[in-house]
Amino acid sequence: MGKTIIEKILSQKSGVDAYAGQIVVADVDYVMGQDGTAPLAIKSFKEMGGKKVFDPEKVVFVIDHSAPSPNEGVSRLHKLMREFRDEHGIDFHDIGDGVCHQVVPESGKVGPGSLVVGADSHTCTYGALNAFATGVGSTDLAAAIISGKLWFKVPETIKFVLKGKLPKGVFAKDLILYLIGDVTADGATYMAAEYTGEAISDLSMDGRFTIANMAIEMGAKAGLMEADEKTFAFVKEHGGKDFTPVFADPDAVYAKVLEYDVSELEPMVAKPHTVDNTARVTEVAGTPIHQAVLGTCTNGRLEDLRIAAKILEGRKIHPRTRLIVAPASRKIFLKAMEEGLIKIFVEAGAAVVTPGCGPCVGTHNGIPSDGENVISTANRNFKGRMGNSNAFIYLASPATVAASAIAGEIADPRPYF
Amino acid sequence: MILRGKCHKFGNDVNTDYIISGKYKFKTLDMNELARHVMEDLDPDFYNKITPGDFIVAGSNFGCGSSREQAPLAIKYAKIGAVIAKSFARIFYRNAINTGLPVIECDTDKINAGDELEVDLSKGIIRNLTTGEDIPIKPLPEVMIKILNDGGLIEHFKKYGTFNF
Repeated sequence: MGKTIIEKILSQKSGVDAYAGQIVVADVDYVMGQDGTAPLAIKSFKEMGGKKVFDPEKVVFVIDHSAPSPNEGVSRLHKLMREFRDEHGIDFHDIGDGVCHQVVPESGKVGPGSLVVGADSHTCTYGALNAFATGVGSTDLAAAIISGKLWFKVPETIKFVLKGKLPKGVFAKDLILYLIGDVTADGATYMAAEYTGEAISDLSMDGRFTIANMAIEMGAKAGLMEADEKTFAFVKEHGGKDFTPVFADPDAVYAKVLEYDVSELEPMVAKPHTVDNTARVTEVAGTPIHQAVLGTCTNGRLEDLRIAAKILEGRKIHPRTRLIVAPASRKIFLKAMEEGLIKIFVEAGAAVVTPGCGPCVGTHNGIPSDGENVISTANRNFKGRMGNSNAFIYLASPATVAASAIAGEIADPRPYF
Repeated sequence: MILRGKCHKFGNDVNTDYIISGKYKFKTLDMNELARHVMEDLDPDFYNKITPGDFIVAGSNFGCGSSREQAPLAIKYAKIGAVIAKSFARIFYRNAINTGLPVIECDTDKINAGDELEVDLSKGIIRNLTTGEDIPIKPLPEVMIKILNDGGLIEHFKKYGTFNF
């Protein structure tokens, strides 16, 4: 019987001929923790009697959620992570390096066929590289750090076949918001999502990361794509090697196959307070916006900054609106400076903050006030997500966020293209 | 194992930000402190309404969102006996088992706020003492039962040093 991508990766890593529904213990290739989850993993590691990391080159901690630290409580937890690095010699990214889901792919340590666990729900991002990458909690992370293994229930897969070409002014973010609105926030719970078709192969790697990043927002364990020349070029550019791409068999068994034609798609917005509460931008245009956010692990990549800069160049943000820009990584920040994008943002009136998660997680860097509306390129608009449960978060593409920052209200970005 | 307590009812899609808000989640490893703020954005006074052993009962997709283990830990340290929902988000479900918080999938439409429940985990049944109705529980995967029986994943690793399934 044929296998899906995830069935093949889990079979290879566990040594078991695995199919959906089975439980396997598999070897992990790379293990990631960030500052919201690693401190608790360190605690679990010690409580479990952990003395040694299974392989220091296969474990990374990233300080990105509260970077730089906004208070002494967080500072203590950051210190705990740095002490663990000093003791065990693991890979490490301190403040300013960027968001875990950008710095890990940039490190060349993950690639096609890898099995990655990360204590962050958006670890599914690396599925764009044809890896099986999934979010786990701190205790699972500690177990993986000690043993180099973790148990997995092999999930069923939903196959998304995406045909056609995205119209002008419509981007990967609009596509994934549309799909989540269609399958709902728990439509893929306990499952994996496989994305294929012309609309996916047309996308840049940056666009593919955006799609894979949000698999968790439909409840999925992973969002996977096949590897192609763009994937290999990305891996090579970042010094990655020894990866073997994994393809689904033609007779693989799927829980369901969903086909879409993307050529009529419009810019999409997720309205408060759930990601599947989606609307076309024209339905919510005119909603006043007090804060706009460009960045995060979903849309803080170079292509995203370029798209926003194209709209913002020579223009000013609306006096009612703040615009916060957080490049996804130091490398992206530097490239954006070289290309003059940062200058465009600053001249337009934006505040550029340290590469990292930015205001997305609500710990610092731009907490909205009561009753304010925020439009963000992030992946979650839960009530209270950005640190104030009386604010309203809308999610959209970098183009829609830039157009809205200029208009001071939610605006259709298509006239700019 | 038999658990008994009163039900606190919530709706669908209770996410990890509701369970423990962004304001507190990354500041401390003191779970007793975090527990005071459990479910605060949905019910500001929730912590003070809990009698040890009470149940959180919800609709579908409980625990969606972040991977943060602080979410099940805040519920556990608030002395909630179990979370009962129609379905759980995957990472929350694992985290709950790993940290020894019982999570139960069943049809929760037949449970109302304030109902007294008796949960028999070994028999796989919930008895609604208020309405007299029995509700069957969806069984846990064997691996999870093993981890729960060991007292969570930390205890499992203490005992075996690795996975022992």
